[in-house]
This record gives sequence, C-alpha cells and structure tokens, in this order.
Amino acid sequence: MTEVTRRDVIKAQAVAAAAAAAGIPIPAAAQNLITEAELTDLKWSKAPCRFCGTGCSIMVATKAGRVVATHGDAEAEVNRGLNCVKGYFLSKIMYGQDRLTQPLLRKRDGQYYKDGDFEPVSWDEAFDTMAEKWKKALAEKGPGAIGMFGSGQWTVWEGYAAAKLMKAGFRSNNIDPNARHCMASAVGGFMRTFGIDEPMGCYDDFENADAFVLWGSNMAEMHPILWTRLADRRFSHPHVKVAVLSTFIHRSFDLADIPAVFTPHTDLVILNYIANYIIQNGAVNEDFVSKHVNFRRGATDIGYGLRDDHPLQQAAANPNSGASEEMTFEEFAEFVSEYTLEKAAEMSGVPADTLENIAKLYADPDTKVMSLWTMGVNQHTRGVWVNNMIYNVHLLTGKISQPGNSPFSLTGQPSACGTAREVGTFSHRLPADMVVKNPEHRAIAEKIWQLPEGTVPDWNGAHAVVQNRKLKDGEINCYWVQVNNNMQAAPNMMEEGLPGYRNPDNFIVVSDAYPTVTAEAADLILPAAMWVEKEGAYGNAERRTQFWYQLVNAPGESKSDMWQVVEFSKRFTTDEVWPAEILDANPEYKGKTLFEVLFANGKVDQYELTEKAKEYGNHESEDFGFYIQKGLFEEYAEFGRGKAHDLASFDTYHEIRGLRWPVVDGKETQWRFKEGYDPYVTPGSDFEFYGKPDGKAVIFALPFEPAAESPDDEYPFWLTTGRVLEHWHSGSMTQRVPELHKAVPDALVYMHPDDAQAMGVRRGSAVKVESRRGHIVSRVETRGRNKPPKGLIFVPWFDARQLINKVTLDATDPLSKQTDFKKCAVKIVPVGV
Amino acid sequence: MKRQTALIAAILAAAIGGAALAQQSVATLRGGTPLADNADPMVIPKVVNTDLRQVRNYPEQPPLIPHKIDGYQIDLNANKCLTCHSREAIEISQAPMVSITHFMSRDNQFLASVTPRRYFCNQCHVVQTEARPLVENGFVDIDSVLEYVKNQQGGSD
Repeated sequence: MTEVTRRDVIKAQAVAAAAAAAGIPIPAAAQNLITEAELTDLKWSKAPCRFCGTGCSIMVATKAGRVVATHGDAEAEVNRGLNCVKGYFLSKIMYGQDRLTQPLLRKRDGQYYKDGDFEPVSWDEAFDTMAEKWKKALAEKGPGAIGMFGSGQWTVWEGYAAAKLMKAGFRSNNIDPNARHCMASAVGGFMRTFGIDEPMGCYDDFENADAFVLWGSNMAEMHPILWTRLADRRFSHPHVKVAVLSTFIHRSFDLADIPAVFTPHTDLVILNYIANYIIQNGAVNEDFVSKHVNFRRGATDIGYGLRDDHPLQQAAANPNSGASEEMTFEEFAEFVSEYTLEKAAEMSGVPADTLENIAKLYADPDTKVMSLWTMGVNQHTRGVWVNNMIYNVHLLTGKISQPGNSPFSLTGQPSACGTAREVGTFSHRLPADMVVKNPEHRAIAEKIWQLPEGTVPDWNGAHAVVQNRKLKDGEINCYWVQVNNNMQAAPNMMEEGLPGYRNPDNFIVVSDAYPTVTAEAADLILPAAMWVEKEGAYGNAERRTQFWYQLVNAPGESKSDMWQVVEFSKRFTTDEVWPAEILDANPEYKGKTLFEVLFANGKVDQYELTEKAKEYGNHESEDFGFYIQKGLFEEYAEFGRGKAHDLASFDTYHEIRGLRWPVVDGKETQWRFKEGYDPYVTPGSDFEFYGKPDGKAVIFALPFEPAAESPDDEYPFWLTTGRVLEHWHSGSMTQRVPELHKAVPDALVYMHPDDAQAMGVRRGSAVKVESRRGHIVSRVETRGRNKPPKGLIFVPWFDARQLINKVTLDATDPLSKQTDFKKCAVKIVPVGV
Repeated sequence: MKRQTALIAAILAAAIGGAALAQQSVATLRGGTPLADNADPMVIPKVVNTDLRQVRNYPEQPPLIPHKIDGYQIDLNANKCLTCHSREAIEISQAPMVSITHFMSRDNQFLASVTPRRYFCNQCHVVQTEARPLVENGFVDIDSVLEYVKNQQGGSD
C-alpha cells in the first residue's frame, strides 16, 4: 500500500466535486450503461486562448465536467497546432485551489464595514449592498460618482452589456477598460492617421514580408506564436532580415540581423531620421503620396498627463493638445531634415551604420517591410506620436495594405480589439469607432438601443488613471472592477491606487475568479466564471472574431461577468436613475427596470433558449430564460454592419475558426484600404483610406520631446517594466499553475553586471528599488534572459509579492491617456536580506 | 520565517475552507503581507538538474526540461538543444529525440529537418526551479477522472 499524500487527498476531493457538478451519480447506479469506449472518449471543443492578443485557437478536452487536456488547434490559421508554454498549460488555469466560490463582503458585527474582515455573503446580500451604495451615490452626486473598470479580457458580450449598463442605464461614461494601459496609444494612432481603428494588414503578412522591424516589442516572449511565424519566414527564406529595436537586449535579439539598443524615448528621433533618409535618398513613393496622403503639423509641448497641478503639466504650452494644421510635403521634408544620421546616432546611442541599415529596409522599394510594435511604443508619453511616426515611414514609401507591407500594431490582451476597442468600452467611445462627444453617434446608439434621445451622456468619462485619482479624491465613490487586476497593474499604486480604493468614502467591488491583489483592496468580491466556464467571444489583433461554448461549469456560486452586470440591472428602475425630463418626455419608460429597458427590450431577448447548442451548458441563458449571448451579439453587430466593421452572423462563428472583419457577403477581409482586397474601397481608387472624409491618410510632423522623468543624480537608473513568457499579465492565472510558477517563480531586477559591481551587489543580492513614489524589495539578476545596458533596469510586474507599480509614475500620453510604464527614474539600494 | 508561516497558513486556509473564513487578507499569492508592505524576497531558487523526466499532465503537454540550460545558445547561428536532442544526436546523448511533430511545416508536411517554427525551444519547454507552488492546483489528469468514473459504476478494476 502506497503512502497517501496530501496531494492525493486534494485530487480525490477535486474529482468528487467535479463528478458531483457533472451530475454523475455517486452511488453505483445504472453502471452497466456506459461502455468502455464511451469512458475513454474525450469531448474536444474549440476555444481561443485565454491569454494574449495573438488569438491562438485551442482544442479543449473535457470529461466528467472537467477540463483534462488542451492543445493547439491544427485547423486554426493563427497557430496551426502550436501553443506557447502558457497555452499548453491552459488546462490548469481554472483549478487553483483558492478559486473564489461565493461573494465576500467586508463586515463587522454583521454589517458592511469598510475595514472589516471578508465574510461570505449570498448574491442577494452582495447585490443589495451594492445597489444601496450605487443609488445613494447617483442620488446625491449623479452619474459622475460611479465608475467601472473593465478589460480587454471581457468577452464581447460582457463588455457590451457593461458598457450599455453604464452609458445607457446609469448614464455615466465613467467606464474604461484596462486596454487603456495597453492599446490606447495604438487606437489614438489609428484614429489620427487613418480615422478608423485597428490594423489594415493581418497575420498573413508574416509569410510575405522580406524584412521585419520590431519597435519596442519583445515578441519572442510576449507573442510567441507570432514569433514562430516570423522565425519560420526568416529561417526558411535567407534573404529576410530582422531588425530589433529596444531599450535593452531581450530574447527577440536572438533572431536579430540588425540589433539596436537605443536610449529611452529616442525612438522619436530614429523615426524622424528614417523619414528624412527616405526623402533625402529619393525613396518617396511619389505617386502613392500624391494620391493618398495629406501632411499635417501636430501641436507640440503637450505635457505628460499628470495631475493638473503637477509642475510638468503647468510648464506645458499646449497641454493635452492633439491639434494639427495642414502643411505641404516640402514643409514636412524641411521639418524632418534636422534629424540627420549624426544627430540620430548621437541622441539614440545606436551606431550610425545600424541606423542606416534600418532606414534602408524601409527605403528599398523591393523590400516588403512589416513593422511590429507593442508596449514599448504604446506605453510612452508620446505613444500616439510614435504610432503616427511609424505610419509616416510606411506611407512615405507606400508600403501599406499589401501582403508583407504592413505596419502592424500587436495587441496585448485576448479581446483588447474585439471588446475594448470594437465594442467601445472606453470612457470616450461607443461601438464601431463612434464617440460619446459626437451627437450623431449618440443618436445612432440611442436608436439601436431603442432609448430616448439624450439618454447617452455627452461628456467624456474618466479614463483609467483619472479614475484612480478621482477615487483618491473622493469624486468617484462606487466602483466596479471586472476581469483585471488593476491594483497590481496601474501605475503609482502607493500614491493613487491604494489610497483610492481604501478611501472610506468609497465602495469598491471586484469581480474575479481568484483572490487577487485588487480583490484584497476591495470591499466586496464577486466570484467570476472564467474562460470556458461561460460562452464567449474574443477578437484578436488581426480583426479575427472567435467564439467558444461553455464547456464546464464554474465552481460554487461563481457567475460570468455578463450575468453579474445583467442581474445587477434588475435592481434599478428608470425612475431611480434617469432624470425626470427624459421620463416626462418618454413616459413609456417610467417604472421599468434597467433590465427591462436594456436587456429584455425585445431585441436582446428575442432568441429562444431552444436555439442554444444542446450539448453545451449556458448558465446565463438558463437563468435569464433566453439566449442572451446571441441577443447581445446581434444587437451589437448592428452598429458595425454597413459601416466597414461588418461581423458575420452569430451562428457562423460557432462553426469556424474565426473571421477577420469586415465580413461582407460571407467573406472576410485580409487587407483593408486596398482595392481587390477590401470591398469598401471605391473601384478605381487603388487605395482608399476611407476612415478619413477625403480618403487620404495623414503623415504627421512631430518632434522629439523628452520623457516625463529621466534619471538624475539622486535617482540614477531608468526603470522599465514588462512581462515574461511564462506569466501572463499580473500572474493571477499563471502563478497558480505549478509548472509555470516553478519556471519563473519571482520577479527579479535585471541589470548590467557593471552596474551591479559598482554598487557592490551581485546576482541574488537583495536590493530596494525606489522612486520618488514608493519602493519594492527584490533580487538582482545579471545573467538572465534580459540584458539591460548600463543605467537601466528591467523588472517584470507579474509577481504579486513584488508590486513594481508601487514604484512607477502615472505619467500618460496626453492624447491617449495611456501610462508610460517603461520610463521613470529609480535608485537601487542594497539591503541585507 | 514569519513570512513562510503566513504563507503556509494562507495555503491551508485556502485548501481547507476555500475563502469561507473571515479574513482581512485574501490575496493568496502574497502570503499575508499587507498590500502596502514588502516581504523579504525569496532567495533565487536553484534550477532542478536531475535529468529525471516528469509525468506529463496530458500527452500534448510539452515535456519540462529536467536540467539546467544556463548559457545555452539558441539564436540565428546555433541551437544548443539540438546537439543532444536532434535525430542524429540521441544515439550518443541518449536524450529524448525531438517529437516528430517538430518536423512538420505549417502545412503539416514533414520537412528534412526540424521546422524553423519550432526553432526556439524555450517558447514551449521550460526548466523547473526548486521553488514551491504558492497555491495548490486541483487539476486532475484523465486517468484519475476515468478511475473515478469507473469506481462510481461499481467496476472491479
């Protein structure tokens, strides 16, 4: 008899729980009905990966109500059977033993109490407490006093339901996704240059490009499956070149023909130098530029998105200005002419011949170039500018919207595109690229939503960083966080985030599958169903929309975020939350619940429960009594159909491995804005950037401006933060997979060996990493996968025990409001631990 | 030491009663350290270097690397892993050969050698350190599920 370990006991308990959940009879009954073949048969279903924006398709095996295996989907175009190490361990992400299974409320003596202990409560008590707080805030202060923080990990209909409840139900635009930390600068770049969001190209560009240029992206770790496609192309076709630009050496440099480590923030200089090189060397595609491009000079000295009373804000001449004025090609040429090779080399620290080699890739008319970027560009106090400037060099050369010629903005989250951006869960947006400030756009939303004129508020809501500031200042008092870990993820935790959540005036609700750092900072925690515990839809970085079914039941009382939002809406009537003038003018809405007005509105509830797939569960539809996912999706899809954001029918997506929008006459679109590929392009125009009224994209003249905070004598190091391959985002899922945790258990301070030696520390020494705002204690790594230059350190942010965002600065791009997590000044102090 | 105790207490609390106990601190991964505080960092753990293969959770799981890979070169010029794990090398090295899937192109055709899309081994295969899990994981493999189902049917094996 072998020894029974504690682990065996846990396994047995888990199996028993799973079997009970699956309805398997516990006493031996009808035992002879199941044959051996049926026993070993696994049910395989598709689902997109839960992690990054690549959007790999996964095959998921279930048995007896449990996920028992996962692997890469061989039929999926995106990944053709491959996964990265995180994807291969998806089977285990739902089974961390500390899953939340019931609502938890901070209480003392049986009552809610801000500094009380978390105690289990019923959903009724949780929602009653929440609704009381929400009603009080709405009555006393109005819609500006409530807020919601969502995610690029929301499914399409979760984000849609939440945005609808906030913007149309509570009439508050104080809803923002964590995609604000991730993709806002990319959105800003797209809207400014093209007038329409998301990449024109697609992943097929990987098999067609002759050169790849990485601008602030470590794809080898952050987009591993796209890296396999890039590596495949590079190794299989020896003429292909790979240039990697970053502020420190990382794994993507292993494939670099042209490596370049540049001084932080000087990407602005390098891109202007490349534009100058293209012009000086006669490489401008004059035909393309004359037909399809306008030139504009952007406002400068725009500040750093800090609080208004911050000295840097007060010093700015044009704070937050995205204004621009027309200019000619000649004026643009004059503008970039000061960015000479010598100047670029001096400011960036990159050798001149390296810079010239990169410029030549763009300038050579026979080299098809794919530029790729992520957080190095977007998390940047001039992030929109850098996005604009990458488009500049592609537009000058006409290298765009054709196979292999592709400026491609990579995405960090599985549905940053599909939900945060396309659904429009940002504080200034509506679905299909519309904005709340535009009265025509609001009218379209109100018409599709069947709501009275004036329901959708006309003010820009608070974005991510401002939400935390308003919590601290007591201006937002009721706050609901779903599917993200923003206490760990947001900048300047000690000065803004933590005091904001713990402000006694505020009531903070966090929905999550696990007790995260953010959950601990909350007052009420709601247990969430995750990934294949609910029916879902994600949209990836190449505009591909993918669906999945609920494959297993969520543990305990956990429910999806969509269920939580819709169920909460039942507790409010229009009389409680809408002004009398709207109700008096539209008396038919009086006395109705927000559930009736928003969800049981004849559209969202028009699909019968019988339409859902028989062999899969669907806990929300079963509760609400109609096929709610289909209703929400079809209503949402109305926004984009006929507007160059066309989605296919709901049922289609359950059958196939996704489609890239616009989907017109059943056909997806691989390359937008190019005749022959994009059905929205006017015949005969060759290219048409139809997001702009005149069909022309914009090249912007924008200068170098310094970072918000640079190293000085007291704080002599640049701090840059980021991810690692084995963990996704804040590690709330991957840190609970033992194999992934044991691969990379702790955050470390990656630094140059000479810097370590100079301060008398070495690999493994404990150090305090300290900024003007806060500190962490970590250990030095001098030999790891990241090799910073002297004067810069890299610290990943996945580790809940080492919250590096205690140290970071909440400076944002003034246009996109996205935080620069890549640059602030720190000192390093050895500590004897 | 104090921190370790708190960590173990948190794990036990989670394992025994879920989050059913009234508590201030719920962020299991922090082991009880208040959000505003910083615990002493763990010592950088050693990489497991036993060369003993581990059971996979399911057949499709990429095997974990049971040895150190410090300083292994995998770049444009060389792939150190293949010096032991390639088809030709295993007679000498007695290491496991890379899976036959690794010879298949994006279009599922077998190539003459390992496909470049699988070139960077450590995108899927990772070492394990001696660090202990912060939270137990209740995943059970298919054999355990089948055994349970059989038992519930009164099967004798």
